Amino acid sequence: MKKKNLLQRVIIIVVITLVGLYIVIGPRHRPTRSDFTWSGIKNSLRNNIHLGLDLKGGSHLVMRVKTDEYLKRLADGNALAAEKAAKDAGLPIKGARANTTGGNYQVIVEANDGSQLQAIRDEVQKKTDLNDSSVWGASTSGNTVTWSISGTAQRYLSQQAVDQALKIIDSRLNAVGVVEPVLQTHGATGSNQILLQMPGIQDPERIKSLLGSESRLELVHVISPPSPSPIQKYATEQEAIQSLGGTVPSNRRVVPYFDRDEPTAGGGAQQPSPDPNAKKPSSYVVIEVPSVVDGSELRNASAINSRGGGTDDYQIQFSLKPNGAQKFGAWTGANINEYMGVLLNDQIKSIAFIKSQISDSGEISGRFTKQSAEDLAVTLRSGALPARIEYLEERTVGPSLGADSIKAGVTASLVGLALVVSFMLFYYRGSGINAVVALLLNMILMMAGLIIFGATLTLPGIAGIILTVGMAVDSNVLIFERIREELRTGKTVASAVEQGFARAFVTIIDTHVTTIISSLFLFVFGTGPIRGFAVTLVLGLVINLFSAVYVSRTIFIWLLNREGRRPDALSI
Amino acid sequence: MIQFFKDVKIDWLANRRAFIVVSLLLMLIGLASAVIRQAVPGGTEAFNLGVDFKGGTVITVQFRQRPTAEEINRAMTKIGVKDAIIQPVADKADQDLIKLPQQGSGEGQNQAQVDIGRSEVKKALDEAFGPEAAHDKDLNSDPQAAYKILGTDAVGPVAGRQLRNQAIAVTLLALLGILAYIGFRFEWTYGAAAVIAVFHDVLVTLGFFSIFQWEISLTVIAALLTLVGFSVNDTIVVFDRIRENRRLHRRESLYDITNDAINQTLSRTVITSGLVFLSVLAMVLFGGEVLFGFSVALLIGILFGTYSSIAIASPIMVWWQKRVEAANLRTPPVARSSSTSAARPASPRPRAGARRAGA
Repeated sequence: MKKKNLLQRVIIIVVITLVGLYIVIGPRHRPTRSDFTWSGIKNSLRNNIHLGLDLKGGSHLVMRVKTDEYLKRLADGNALAAEKAAKDAGLPIKGARANTTGGNYQVIVEANDGSQLQAIRDEVQKKTDLNDSSVWGASTSGNTVTWSISGTAQRYLSQQAVDQALKIIDSRLNAVGVVEPVLQTHGATGSNQILLQMPGIQDPERIKSLLGSESRLELVHVISPPSPSPIQKYATEQEAIQSLGGTVPSNRRVVPYFDRDEPTAGGGAQQPSPDPNAKKPSSYVVIEVPSVVDGSELRNASAINSRGGGTDDYQIQFSLKPNGAQKFGAWTGANINEYMGVLLNDQIKSIAFIKSQISDSGEISGRFTKQSAEDLAVTLRSGALPARIEYLEERTVGPSLGADSIKAGVTASLVGLALVVSFMLFYYRGSGINAVVALLLNMILMMAGLIIFGATLTLPGIAGIILTVGMAVDSNVLIFERIREELRTGKTVASAVEQGFARAFVTIIDTHVTTIISSLFLFVFGTGPIRGFAVTLVLGLVINLFSAVYVSRTIFIWLLNREGRRPDALSI
Repeated sequence: MIQFFKDVKIDWLANRRAFIVVSLLLMLIGLASAVIRQAVPGGTEAFNLGVDFKGGTVITVQFRQRPTAEEINRAMTKIGVKDAIIQPVADKADQDLIKLPQQGSGEGQNQAQVDIGRSEVKKALDEAFGPEAAHDKDLNSDPQAAYKILGTDAVGPVAGRQLRNQAIAVTLLALLGILAYIGFRFEWTYGAAAVIAVFHDVLVTLGFFSIFQWEISLTVIAALLTLVGFSVNDTIVVFDRIRENRRLHRRESLYDITNDAINQTLSRTVITSGLVFLSVLAMVLFGGEVLFGFSVALLIGILFGTYSSIAIASPIMVWWQKRVEAANLRTPPVARSSSTSAARPASPRPRAGARRAGA
């Protein structure tokens, strides 16, 4: 080996080592002197390495958007609109209904006879979303027209719903100031899942109910004799249905009315109430479908203290966008003294009669607490979720539990490392130093790699590091044993080293590539912990090819080229 | 120079039958444990799957004064949670794991499962032992508090199933990748032998988990993947030497070459495996309860991964490769490259050989 070559190698190694070392322990800002004190280095180290939730503490939530509900609502809404469109045009139909069973989402319109079918189909498509042929496929048979959502369109719409949910969840998280959340889709495509990680949050109950809240707001016409008669309420659901003649027509709905109840931010049926008695609706009312305006017309919502109420009596004040305000104004103008209700997640929260035309603002009273009113305002502002979400997985790790894991992992690793280092020095003597240098360099560069790629270090990631250390030692053992073998056959030291590296290199490449290939599978198809394992492993192995082969080789070259060395001696 | 093994000349392959019998026995014992446990009603299940795969809730609680398991159970029963399992944390005198099993199994159960855990346990403990430490405080800094929930793991049935299927699918895919690469670099018989050996290691390790009913969590899966890596690594080192020796000594039999290769790499095998074994032993001893499943899986895996490259992968490869080579030798080149061999009544033997090799 030539001297020049050696110099070049040393420069490469020194530069990479220094850069790696700086990435690991250097600060990300312009360094000052205090950054190179012991505590400064410790501080930078803490900032640089992203610990996973299992080590740092925090909450990990996996949720699923109930897209089936979203599609069902789409079909239901269009069935209603279809019936209205046909009736408005004076076309003779028996009825329109939605079929949402067995993975089908269909709108079925049945005509009195087949003759007018084409006209009905055209009229309905003109007036409703059923016109959108990328979603709805129409077919006629006998006296019916059926529009159905194809499998592809279902997947597309579900994806859209998930994307929308992601945006809404993101804005809700921002509004309550969750620090550095990780929010992304999760699992296989079509599983409609979302992963949310929140470092530092130990008890995610409030966030969960905030995110789970659907917050579908509608302003509706309550069917009742006008004021000054009292609101027409029914004690039970059956009673309300009886008043409609036993069946609910498609332009009416029976909904529960929580009179002066205390709703929580979660609202809706998805939050199990601690006390079942408090959640029993006081009565039922009949409302008109469709609603006057809905939450998509909201411009703003805020929590305010109720007039004359106590400190814990809050209400929501909201205002409407111009379009909604126009609709609302026209409707209230035409319905003075009628009753109007605020429908939130399919429950009536408050009812008032219309004194005069209202254009763009209103209130939801309901004895909210300060926090529940504020949370509700946040969810109303962010818009309604396209469908409810359910939680599939919830993990929380307190900081002390995470610290215990780190301590256990670090202690075990250090003891293991100490064992390895002392054995290598004992068994291979001088050359053992080679292995130790390579090993330490590998650890430093692996940390640097994790930092560069922004990967997080998790408990399974530590497992990956341990496997890497094992393989790094193995590379050295392979090389050293091979050199010893070559020496035994009577070769000179220089050629034994040369041969040892060359032969061992083939093996090292094969073992490394095999493991890298299998870890790539883990990385591509795995999630969470499996992926964390794969990342550290691939990184460690690639680095090992540098540290265990290139660096170790360079040290040997240097040893063999030293001045005054006995050419036949090698400490191995 | 310190040298553990000098010029060893052990005839490893002579013991191949004994090796295979031992391995089959080990696998059978594990399998029997799984089958019997599954079959006996009311007993334990084949594997002690953690919440990650089975669904359910585990809550880690730190107490100021640790109550007995019965006391906690009574508190849980009082609020209507019946089959909670209380498990003290072995290396932490003040901590307990409270495990709530999967509630029901339908799709609609996801929500219930993930929701009940923490709030139910909190309610029960609040009633029985006093308040939990405040949000932002730990137990020591909140003198009023009686306990503190340190962590929760709630997994619904869907997520559990998903994680389980993913772990299996990903492992199998990784094995396929290994098979393909070794097949490409060596011969496909080498690849198959290596994968069979790895399979053996995983099965034996899982057998231990069934016998001792250690809990299988996601980290144990990470350990299984690690041992797959180790075992293949070990096998490749031996195979690599076989490949090299075959080029150098073309006249020697595969049997002798393989024995030589194992002997030549023996000191590296013992040193590497020994070192890794010691590091993992350190994890078992110092890693605490958190790392126990992981480290113990690795410990067993390394032992058998090393054993299997010598005792399983090599004999299988030799046996298989010999048959393939014999078949190739007996098959004239013409017959191999075209389908006419089947039409030639004069040479029935190559066909039989080819069929056997392919089987």
